[in-house]
Amino acid sequence: MTPLSLGKDLVGLEHLSAEQLRLILDTAEHFKEVSERPIKKVPALRGKTIVNLFFEASTRTRISFEFAEKRLSADTVNVATSGSSISKGETLVDTARNLEAMRIDMVVIRHHASGSAEFLGKRIGSNVINAGDGKHEHPTQGLLDILTLRDRFGKIEGLKVAICGDVLHSRVARSNIWGLKKLGAEVAVCGPHSLMPRSIGELGVEMIPRIDDAIAWADALNVLRLQLERMTSGFIPSLREYNRVFGVTRERLERAKKDVVIMHPGPMNRGVEIDSDVADGPFSLILPQVTNGVAVRMAVLYLLAGGTPEPQQTGGNE
Amino acid sequence: MTRPILIKGGRVIDPSRRSDGVADVYLAEGRVASVGLNITGEDGCLIIDAKGKVVTPGLIDLHVHLREPGFEDLETVATGAMAAAAGGFTAVCAMPNTDPPLDNQGAIGFVISQAQKAGKARVYPIGTISLGQKGEKLSEFGELMSAGAVAVSDDGKPVMSSHLMRTAMEYAKTFGIPVADHCEEITLAHAGAMHEGIVATKLGLKGIPSAAEEIHVARDIILSELTGAHIHLCHMSTRGSVSLIRRAKDMGLRVTAEVTPHHFTLTHEACLGYNTNAKMNPPLREWADVEAVREALKDGTVDVIATDHAPHPYDAKEREFDDAPNGILGLETAFGLAITELVRPGIVALPDLLYRMSTRPAQLFNLPGGSLAVGAPADIAIFDPEAEWTVEPSRFYSKSRNTPFGGRKLFGRAELTIVRGRVVYDRANA
Repeated sequence: MTPLSLGKDLVGLEHLSAEQLRLILDTAEHFKEVSERPIKKVPALRGKTIVNLFFEASTRTRISFEFAEKRLSADTVNVATSGSSISKGETLVDTARNLEAMRIDMVVIRHHASGSAEFLGKRIGSNVINAGDGKHEHPTQGLLDILTLRDRFGKIEGLKVAICGDVLHSRVARSNIWGLKKLGAEVAVCGPHSLMPRSIGELGVEMIPRIDDAIAWADALNVLRLQLERMTSGFIPSLREYNRVFGVTRERLERAKKDVVIMHPGPMNRGVEIDSDVADGPFSLILPQVTNGVAVRMAVLYLLAGGTPEPQQTGGNE
Repeated sequence: MTRPILIKGGRVIDPSRRSDGVADVYLAEGRVASVGLNITGEDGCLIIDAKGKVVTPGLIDLHVHLREPGFEDLETVATGAMAAAAGGFTAVCAMPNTDPPLDNQGAIGFVISQAQKAGKARVYPIGTISLGQKGEKLSEFGELMSAGAVAVSDDGKPVMSSHLMRTAMEYAKTFGIPVADHCEEITLAHAGAMHEGIVATKLGLKGIPSAAEEIHVARDIILSELTGAHIHLCHMSTRGSVSLIRRAKDMGLRVTAEVTPHHFTLTHEACLGYNTNAKMNPPLREWADVEAVREALKDGTVDVIATDHAPHPYDAKEREFDDAPNGILGLETAFGLAITELVRPGIVALPDLLYRMSTRPAQLFNLPGGSLAVGAPADIAIFDPEAEWTVEPSRFYSKSRNTPFGGRKLFGRAELTIVRGRVVYDRANA
């Protein structure tokens, strides 16, 4: 019945339409309730087998996907790089084809190389969901960030969102930019120029170099994780200076709008990009983000498996 | 004794003498014997009807990777020389980044002997600048030359030490050979995977700024001024490099340059979808860069077209973009791309194109060929510039298949190739 589908794979938000994004968000809205039940399970994906293929360390995303799969009654297998044939030098495409030979339905992939999810999706028949590929995209993170903003503000259109920090290396930033722009938000990026990708303005975002100006401008701040290796590889001089110049602190938030919200994709470096009293403070939506992550992933899994946009008609307690 | 060949009724273009008109070409004893109207060859000579075709000195490619010794599963001197012949090339210069590298007489001699055994296009080895291409100690240029090397280069690896480069240029000047440099300031390129720009930003791939090439080009030009040596700049890809070379030529420096067919045809957008067949170094740049290198070919700022023919196996390209090797095949698509992208749109006239693919390369590396003057080597290509064909990698003579041009419709292809007075490729019998 649904004229709108997501296609075979979800590799990024770049190629989704506003309608497709809204479909996922609306479907996620339905699924939120499942996680609030005493028995957190619907039979929507009963009999489907899903492989979680994680080539990179992940706690939050991996567990969130696994909960989403289990709450939809799918059978899941987790593959991590260590202790598997990947550590024996098997190529990505061989790994995937072997998994597929065992008749699976979906692969959730996290990989350090940009493009790995698209690469896989083009080579196997199963649905592929990108759980973060290098510096490219992390679409379910982008979606859960947008869902969290929509919950708080009621709509995305016209919302001013500042994405702060290491945009150059951030897949979270790219997915947020694509998704937010398509839904009509105003997006700015803020951080040192040494951590900004070339021609970022061509994506329709404004560059605000100073954090104080971004804080004063924004309805919402999405504060990116600053990886320690950015300092060792020379993109910034020190974490200490980063915190002093770009850190989101309570003092700085005094210039913010009174209903400003703070998000962070995790894991946080407290005292570097964000101070504890902000992360744990009244403006923080960091834990609601995590809660929404499960619902968004349930929606994506469900829609890619061919589900209709009205999951409650097929769902229900077991 | 090879049988004499009479090529009748073709449009004979000899860029070395700026001549262009219908004529017969007679080849005997491995040389051009005469060019003129109504030539009658001796009895028993091979007569080739070239009506409606273009007869020219064979193309010469100053930059190919034949992978032998060391990587014979990707290409050999024999398969590369055959691919060259099928592309209308009668001579190619083989870069020394083999395993072991061509940094000694024995290795140079091996390539020459493999080429003689193959008996297809001529193969001129290029020796390394530094031993093992390590960028530390000069190779023995005198010995490399006496074994048959025509130039020196550490291609694939830029010479980062300005002192070593200066010494190489001074020393090469002694022997009258050019130093060919791969221009890439590697601390700035910083292990990037593609051109730094909006496409890299979207794909989340690490970019290589144009400045990484241009800084190195500028250094080499300045060293050429210091030493008076002939520096040949490989595979130029940016508009900034073009303007630096233009200025160097205005100053009268001995700076020459090449551009590849892919850099005058494609932009970084070819990498969209993580197409590893569009991954190369230098990377595909922006449209303004494509326009600049086209203009440079038109006005002579860039001297020659060279393919940078770089075979890689299917498995190596069938993987994550970051991990795939750089480079694409060039020999069997170069002429078609040049006709389609430069000649048909009216950017470069056909005789000028042939000058940049035959006469001028011969001059730069001091090679035989590039001319139809009486006594010149009987290295000839016969082209049909109007032929429309589709690139089918599975039919390549090269051992490898890595090209972003598969399925592309091109105009212009080699019909017949003659080296040393012998037919080495004939499409009709291919």
